[in-house]
Amino acid sequence: MSRNDWEVVIGLEVHAQLTTASKIFSGASTAFGAEPNRQACAVDLALPGVLPVLNRGAVERAIRFGLAIDAKIAPRSVFARKNYFYPDLPKGYQISQFELPVVSGGSITIRVGEGDKAYEKSVQLTRAHLEEDAGKSLHEDFHGMSGIDLNRAGTPLLEIVSEPDMRSSAEAVAYARSLHALVRWIEICDGNMQEGSFRCDANVSVRKPGAPLGTRREIKNLNSFRFLQQAIEYEIQWQIDTLEDGGRIQQATVLFDPESGETRVMRTKEDAHDYRYFPDPDLLPVEISPNWIARVRTEMPELPQSMKRRFIENFGLSAYDATTLTASREIANFYQATVDAAGSELAKPCANWVMGELAGRANKADIDLNAVPITPAQLAGLVRRIGDNTISNNIARKVFEAMWNGEGGDGANAADRIIDAQGLRQVTDSGAIESLIDQVLAANQKSVEEFRAGKEKAFNALVGQAMKASRGQANPTQVNEILKRKLSE
Amino acid sequence: MINASLTELRAALDARKISSVELAQLFLQRIERLNPTINAFITVDPALALANAREADARIARGEAGPLTGIPLAHKDLFCTEGMLTTCGSKMLANFVSPYDAHVVSQLKAAGAVLLGKTNMDEFAMGSSNENSHFGPVANPWDLTRVPGGSSGGSAAAVAARMVPIATGTDTGGSIRQPAAMCGITGIKPTYGAVSRYGMVAYASSLDQGGAFGRSAEDCALLLNGMVGLDEKDSTSFPGPSADESGLPVPSKDLGDLCRDLNKPLTGLRIGLPAEFFGPGMADDVRASIEAALEIYRSLGAQTVEVSLPNAQLAIPAYYVIAPAEASSNLSRFDGVRYGHRAAAYGDLDDMYRKSRAEGFGAEVKRRILVGTYVLSHGYYDAYYLQAQKLRRLIAEDFQRAFTACDVIAGPVSPTTAWGIGEKTADPVQMYLSDIYTIAVNLAGLPGLSHPCGFGNGTLPVGLQLIGDYFSEARLLNTAHRFQQVTDWHVRHPSMAA
Repeated sequence: MSRNDWEVVIGLEVHAQLTTASKIFSGASTAFGAEPNRQACAVDLALPGVLPVLNRGAVERAIRFGLAIDAKIAPRSVFARKNYFYPDLPKGYQISQFELPVVSGGSITIRVGEGDKAYEKSVQLTRAHLEEDAGKSLHEDFHGMSGIDLNRAGTPLLEIVSEPDMRSSAEAVAYARSLHALVRWIEICDGNMQEGSFRCDANVSVRKPGAPLGTRREIKNLNSFRFLQQAIEYEIQWQIDTLEDGGRIQQATVLFDPESGETRVMRTKEDAHDYRYFPDPDLLPVEISPNWIARVRTEMPELPQSMKRRFIENFGLSAYDATTLTASREIANFYQATVDAAGSELAKPCANWVMGELAGRANKADIDLNAVPITPAQLAGLVRRIGDNTISNNIARKVFEAMWNGEGGDGANAADRIIDAQGLRQVTDSGAIESLIDQVLAANQKSVEEFRAGKEKAFNALVGQAMKASRGQANPTQVNEILKRKLSE
Repeated sequence: MINASLTELRAALDARKISSVELAQLFLQRIERLNPTINAFITVDPALALANAREADARIARGEAGPLTGIPLAHKDLFCTEGMLTTCGSKMLANFVSPYDAHVVSQLKAAGAVLLGKTNMDEFAMGSSNENSHFGPVANPWDLTRVPGGSSGGSAAAVAARMVPIATGTDTGGSIRQPAAMCGITGIKPTYGAVSRYGMVAYASSLDQGGAFGRSAEDCALLLNGMVGLDEKDSTSFPGPSADESGLPVPSKDLGDLCRDLNKPLTGLRIGLPAEFFGPGMADDVRASIEAALEIYRSLGAQTVEVSLPNAQLAIPAYYVIAPAEASSNLSRFDGVRYGHRAAAYGDLDDMYRKSRAEGFGAEVKRRILVGTYVLSHGYYDAYYLQAQKLRRLIAEDFQRAFTACDVIAGPVSPTTAWGIGEKTADPVQMYLSDIYTIAVNLAGLPGLSHPCGFGNGTLPVGLQLIGDYFSEARLLNTAHRFQQVTDWHVRHPSMAA
C-alpha cells in the first residue's frame, strides 16, 4: 500500500499573542526582551493575596478576530482555571476559557498550491478563547538547576482552534499562513514567530478514506511554517508506516526536533493531566453587549477577502495577483494607495510594479513594505511615465533604483525629475531612430548578412545593438519596425 | 481606658487627654502581659506601632485626624502587610514578608489607625476553633481551657481581652461571627464584595469576605467604614459601575456612612425567625439567651415573624464542596518555588512539590485540598461542584423569599457556646457542623452580624446573629446598636480586662 491509500486529517491550534501593551490580568508590560523577571509584577508572580483584573483590550481583540472570521461572539463569556503544577506557572493554574469562549465558529478561506493546481478551500474554526501565557523555564547556565523567567507570564493569548478540516501538510501551512496574515491584518498580533508571538500545535491522524477518524497525535509548539510542514510530513509518514506494519497509534503529545526532523513522544494519554477546570471565582463573567460588538465592527479595517474581490472586479486583476496583493495589509495598502495616485486604468501595471520590483527590492533589502524609501505616490508617478511612453520598462527600472536611493526628491514628480536630470526620456523621433539604425547596420555587416541568410537570431542582436547605441532610450517598438523595414529593403 | 469605646477614645485623643503613643503603649503592655496565655497574636511590632502612633499624634495636632486616627488596631494574619510577617497561621508562610500592603491594610494605614500586630488564626482560615494554627491554639479569654472560635480566633480573643480595641477578620463560613459570639464581642461580615480581597490571602474566593471586630456595633461601624469601598484591583468589589456596557443595571451600591442610621428607632422592624434555625440542634442555654434577646427586640418596637429557609440544611454539604474546590486551586501557588516553605532535601521537581507541601501544610488544610481536588476531578465535577452550585442558588433564593416578609433575619450564631480545647479535634465533621447557622450567609453573599446577647451556663458568651439583605449593613448595625443601648452584654468583659 502507499500513501495514496490513506487520508490525512489535520486540525491546528494556534496561540496568537495579542498586541495589548499590558498583560491580560495585570498592569505589567508585555514588551519582549527585558531582563528576566523585570516585567513581572506581584500579580504575575502569584504572590499571596493578589487578584487578576481583566484587560478589556484583550477581549476587544478577540471580538475583532471573531468579526473577521464571521464567527459567533458570546454575549457572556467565562474565564476558567486550568490547574496543574509547573515551576513557570506561578499560580499553579492558568486562567483560560473552557465552556464559554469569546469566539465560536467562523471560517477562513485558504488558497493552496500554485499555478493550474491551485485551489481554494474553506477551513472551519471551532473556537477562539482568551488565556494567559506561562513564564519560561531556562534549563541552561544554571549548573543543574532551572531558572524561571516570569516576564511572559500573563501575556494575553488567543488560542484559535480549527476543525480537523485539513487534508495535507500543504493545506495546514496554507491555513497557518492565512491565519497569520489575518491576525496581523486586523492588528491583534504582531505575528513574530521567532519571539513566539504565533505558535502552532498540529493534531494529526490518518485513516482509510471513509473510515472513522484515526487516533491523533498532537505536535506541540511549532514556531515556523517550515517546521510545521516538516513535522506534519514526518508524522504522517510515521503513522502510516506504523499502521502498515500492523501497529496501533496511541494518543500522545509529541515534540518536533528540527535537528533530526523527527517527532518524539512527550507524554501519552495515560499520563495526561486532569486539569480540573472550574470557573475562576476571582473574575466576573465578561458581558459582551451588541453595542460593544458594533463599535468594534466600525473600527475594523477592510478585510483581505473583500479587498481581493474588489481588486479582481474593479481592477481586472487575476485571482493570483489579487491573492498576492492581499497577502498582508502592508502590501494591500501600498497597492491601493499606488492605484489611487496613478488612476485605476493603470491598476494592472501598478500591480506588476508593487508585486515585482518593489516587493523584490524590499525583500533584498530585508525591510518591511511600510519601511521602504519609496512612497505609493512616487511609484505611481513612475508607472504613469511608462503608461504615457515617456520611458520604457527597462529605463523605468533605472529610475526606480535611483528613486530608491533617494534621488528625485519627494512626491509624485520624483520620477520626472530623475528622467530629466539623467536625460532618460524615450526617443520617439523616427528620423533620429532611423539614422541610429543606419549606423548600426553599417557597423554590423556580418549580422546583416547572417540575417539575410535566414538566421533569425541575428535580428535580435541588431535590435540589441540599436538599443545599446541609444543608451536604452529608443522606443523599442519603433526600433523593431524600422529595422525590419530597412532589412527588407 | 481599655474598656472605652472608639467614640470615647476619639474624644480623649482629640482633647489631648491621652496621646496615640500612650494609647499604643497601654495596649502593647497588655499584649505583652496577656499574649503568653492567650496566644492571640502571631506578630507584634512595638517599634512600628509607636512610630505610627507618633505620626498619628502629629496628624491630630495638625487637626487632620479622621475617625480612626491614632486608634490601635490588629489585622488577622492573612492581610498582607508590607515589611511585616504574613503567616496565615501556616508553617508554609512562617517566614513570609509581603512586599505590598493589602487594600484593607493601606486604607486603614491611610486613615491613621495604628497597627499593633497580626493575630492568630486557623491555618489559611480553615477551621472553627483556631486549633489549626501552626503557631498554637488561642485561648478563650472567658475560659482559658476553651476555644475562642475560628478561624479569626486571634482577632476575637484580642478584642475580648482588651489587647486591642478593634481588629480585622475574614469570614468564609462564619469565621468572624462565630468567634465574635464565643468571645462575647461584636463582629460583622459585610455583603460579598464590600471589602476588597486584594492582599487578603485567599481561602475560598467566592466566599471570603473581610470584616470587622469591635466591642460594640458602633465600633464595628467605625472600623468597617474604613475598610469598604471599590478597589479596582478586586474585580468582585463594589460599588462598580451601576450599569454595564449595554446599559443593563448592575446590582451594586455605595454603602455610604455605616454610622448614619445607628440611632434609628426599631419601631416596625420586621425580624424574621427561620424555623430551621430554631430546631433541636441548638443547645438550651443558647436558646434561652436568644429568646430573651428577641424579647428585648420586641420591647424596642420590632415585631418577629416566622420565615422559612427550607434549603438551609444543605448549606454545609454545599460549602464543603465549593470551599475546598476553590481552596485546592488557590493554595496551588504554595509550591516552594518562589516563596514560602521549601523542603530542605528533595529529589526531582515532583518530589520538591510533594515534600514542601507535605511539610508546609497542616492536616486540615491537606484534608480540604484533597477534597477539593477530588470534587473537581474529571467525572466528578458535575456530581459535586455543579450540584453544589445549584444548592447555592437555591439557598440564595430562600433568603430573597424570606426578605419579602422581613427586614432582617435573627437566630443563633453557633449551636453551642465555646467548647474545650481539643474536644472536637478528633472529629472534623462534628467541627464542620458547628457552622450550621453561619455558612448559608456566605453561600448567599449576604451581610451578617453577631452581637453578644447573654451567657450560657452563666459564664460563656452567647451571640445573636442578624442577617440582612444585600447592602443592608447600615440596617444591621443600627439594629444591633439599638439593642446595645438597652443591654450591657457587650460591655461585660472577662476578668483579665477588669
